[in-house]
Amino acid sequence: MLIFEQSRRSRRSTSQAPAAEGDIGGIPANLLREDEPLLPEVSELQAVRHYTRLSQRNFSIDSHFYPLGSCTMKYNPRACNLYAMLPAFLGRHPHAGVGTGQGFMQCMFELQEILTDVTGMQGVSLTPLAGAQGEFAGVAMIRAYHESRADDERVEILVPDAAHGTNPATATMCGYKVREIPTDSNGDVDLAALREAVGSRTAGLMLTNPSTLGVFERHITEIAQIVHGAGGLLYYDGANLNAIVGKVRPGDMGFDVIHMNLHKTFSTPHGGGGPGAGPVGVNQRLLPFLPIPYVLESNGDYRWATERDCPHSIGRLSANMGNAGVLLRAYIYALLVGRQGMARIADFATLNANYMMARLKAAGVDMAYPGRRATHEFIVTMKRLKEETGVTAMDVAKRLLDKGFHAPTVYFPLLVPECFLVEPTETESKQEIDGFIDALLEIFDEARRDPETVKSAPHTTPVRRLDEVKAARELDVAWRVGPAR
Amino acid sequence: MLATVGVSDLESLFDEIPGHLRAEVLKRVPHALPEMEMARLIAGRAERDGRYVNFIGAGAYEHHIPAAVWELTTRGEFYSAYTPYQAEASQGTLQLLYEFQSMMASLTGLAVSNASLYDGASGLAEAVLAAIRAHKKSHRVLLPATVHPVYRSVVRAIARNQGVELVELPHNEDGAVDAVDLAGNSDVAAVVVPQPNFFGVLEDVDALTDAAHGIGALVIALVNPVSLALLKSPGEWGDDGADFAVGEGQPLGVPLSSGGPYFGFMCCKERYVRQMPGRIVGRTTDVDGKPGYTLTLQAREQHIRRSKATSNICTNQGLLVTAATIHMALLGAAGLRRVATHCHQNTNELQLQLSAIPGVARAFARPFFHECVLRFERPIAGVMRAMEAQGIVAGLDLTHYYPDLGHSMLVCATEVRTKEEIAEYARHLERIMSRRPLDPPCAVKTAS
Repeated sequence: MLIFEQSRRSRRSTSQAPAAEGDIGGIPANLLREDEPLLPEVSELQAVRHYTRLSQRNFSIDSHFYPLGSCTMKYNPRACNLYAMLPAFLGRHPHAGVGTGQGFMQCMFELQEILTDVTGMQGVSLTPLAGAQGEFAGVAMIRAYHESRADDERVEILVPDAAHGTNPATATMCGYKVREIPTDSNGDVDLAALREAVGSRTAGLMLTNPSTLGVFERHITEIAQIVHGAGGLLYYDGANLNAIVGKVRPGDMGFDVIHMNLHKTFSTPHGGGGPGAGPVGVNQRLLPFLPIPYVLESNGDYRWATERDCPHSIGRLSANMGNAGVLLRAYIYALLVGRQGMARIADFATLNANYMMARLKAAGVDMAYPGRRATHEFIVTMKRLKEETGVTAMDVAKRLLDKGFHAPTVYFPLLVPECFLVEPTETESKQEIDGFIDALLEIFDEARRDPETVKSAPHTTPVRRLDEVKAARELDVAWRVGPAR
Repeated sequence: MLATVGVSDLESLFDEIPGHLRAEVLKRVPHALPEMEMARLIAGRAERDGRYVNFIGAGAYEHHIPAAVWELTTRGEFYSAYTPYQAEASQGTLQLLYEFQSMMASLTGLAVSNASLYDGASGLAEAVLAAIRAHKKSHRVLLPATVHPVYRSVVRAIARNQGVELVELPHNEDGAVDAVDLAGNSDVAAVVVPQPNFFGVLEDVDALTDAAHGIGALVIALVNPVSLALLKSPGEWGDDGADFAVGEGQPLGVPLSSGGPYFGFMCCKERYVRQMPGRIVGRTTDVDGKPGYTLTLQAREQHIRRSKATSNICTNQGLLVTAATIHMALLGAAGLRRVATHCHQNTNELQLQLSAIPGVARAFARPFFHECVLRFERPIAGVMRAMEAQGIVAGLDLTHYYPDLGHSMLVCATEVRTKEEIAEYARHLERIMSRRPLDPPCAVKTAS
């Protein structure tokens, strides 16, 4: 039932708004609204019960194993939330003078330092509000760099065919044409195709390493040489940083610019789809173009870098300084994990993925790249299962929900047919992982014995399979009493 | 586990990474702290920042947030879930987003809302791009000087590389935009109409909307969601209503938090829904005919359309939208209207007291919502510092943004400011403007 359907005229939670109407004598009547907006009229208990019950209709990390590949659904430590929500942090206005926020700004400055070190870059700006905005900032900096050298021929961004959809979408938003580079049969970038594609039109290459195929790009040094040799720059999509944090740094691999997804590697909450935070790091040649504001320090005093400090900056990407509360959570996480802990993230994320892959392989499940070492994630392909039983990867995903596990990412990357991208993360126990493997193997077995049960899954969730065609054709995106305006 | 993998040690798992690339110790990452020591460190930083009585708005507003809002929002089932890709396992988030969309559509008087964008400023940039796609014939957008200056910078930074031409419309001496200034333009895809505008001033939205439509342009309403409990909704502006409405969602249950995370919202007329960026949730039925919710119209989005998507956006600001939805459910239309009317009353009281002080005057005579520009006879920076020493964040210095306005400051008193706080502000400002020392001189109040 919707909250609106519980509504009764004039019912309200009286204590939560001012006790009476304020005087609006100063506002002319022709600017006032005539109809009342259709907001719920419910008691506090009704609202609390309704949203508590809604929350219980979700799978989440706190309640379920959530091995969603490329999303790094690891545990979000409670301390990060609690201490980022101290009243002084929550109460501070973003435009209040820097004298009123030195403690907060010190946290941000130190986070910049930590991320600079972790990525092997020369400077970091925390301002991008999400990974995709970090990508935008990164490619906009590549463009600003070429423009600053009057190198105007460079109109193409190269993107491997395995890339996240955000990469080509970002390149378009920055005014570039996208050129796809194929992947070879081992999951590496096809070097011959890359050599053929680069040239005076190449602005840069966007690369995720480890790639979305769950393998480390072994020819990264050569790729960097090829792209740089042609005058292009190398962009690192930090989606999979969790696999290599503390082990190898993008800056050392030859990347010029990187964005990080702090909601992945630095364990800030995914929040049902946001907020994220997508800081960008750059090497020396892109430093002048970093988005503002970021924190500058001198003698223990902190202030914001502005247009005056950074005349070549690509500018501002948000009204304030980025998702401050998310950044605080990431900073607290970094304090708790510490220097030695960073590499242990990669150690255990990689161990868990390789263990899962080894067990599934031993049980006869097909891997997309069986000859490769898994990184923090790996790809199962169910092409054979589909041919033999008619059961698809989506069917298996839905059946996993019945077994109490969130499904891995399905049908991504687009290169692998009937695939699961599985990312267990470092925070899961062996027991949990074994339980998932057992469930998956049971479903494979069930697909042969009783395919209909799998094909019609899920059976135990609050709703069963939804009619997505109807959702798009008979668009109903807002509850209303009367006809749409 | 290592034996199952067939290796002897953890290091072997990284044998595909070329050895010469392997990282050394991360010297700039501090050593790990136990939770207790981290807590001490962070609490110390927070304490250093203290608490000030805040009179700045300028796009981020301090409102009372009912206790239940964040108690519920930080439940692990909301907090630690992700984008609802598996709809059957995400009905909580999906239904909540549908309720959010319904509330925003009703507040703005438009048919369709998305499930949120990053923030108001980047949301405006996305709205500009969406309106250009919807218009099809022009890449020129009129952006009044009465739009938040940082928002204008953000629109420039995001739209710059897509051939968008941004034309600034000047403000008149009343701090608003004249419809006649707009009517002289041609070949325009869209006009941004802020209500209230950055100065807090109420624009003549009916005339501006009709003038924009008169030159064949779409109208992007830039609005404060709390004001919509009181003010005419964008869907009711002029003869045909605004085409898009966009804005900063922070006033709906999100704390100031040093600037984020907030969320942007975007609504539009139904005919433009395919140009909308971001997630949209639709109601449908399952195989048993039971109602349920799912992400819909995904063919607009980057994970399907890649380089031809409406935007590169993939997330929304789910957690903040969770807070906003619960906030609106608790307040209802009547509660939200009380918040809005109290904000107006308090800011009116503040400006009456402040503009009575010699050397301080209201900059614009036009009606305002809950913010107001004051013009000073002295540079603002010194006044602000002196007020800060009394534990008061006095307002936003506009000198840098609008040099033509002289020494001017934007002030705001929301419903949380008390009569006493407003009187205290006026008392200190009067003393500072008349250059009298504190009485007694040693009574410097430090923020606590």
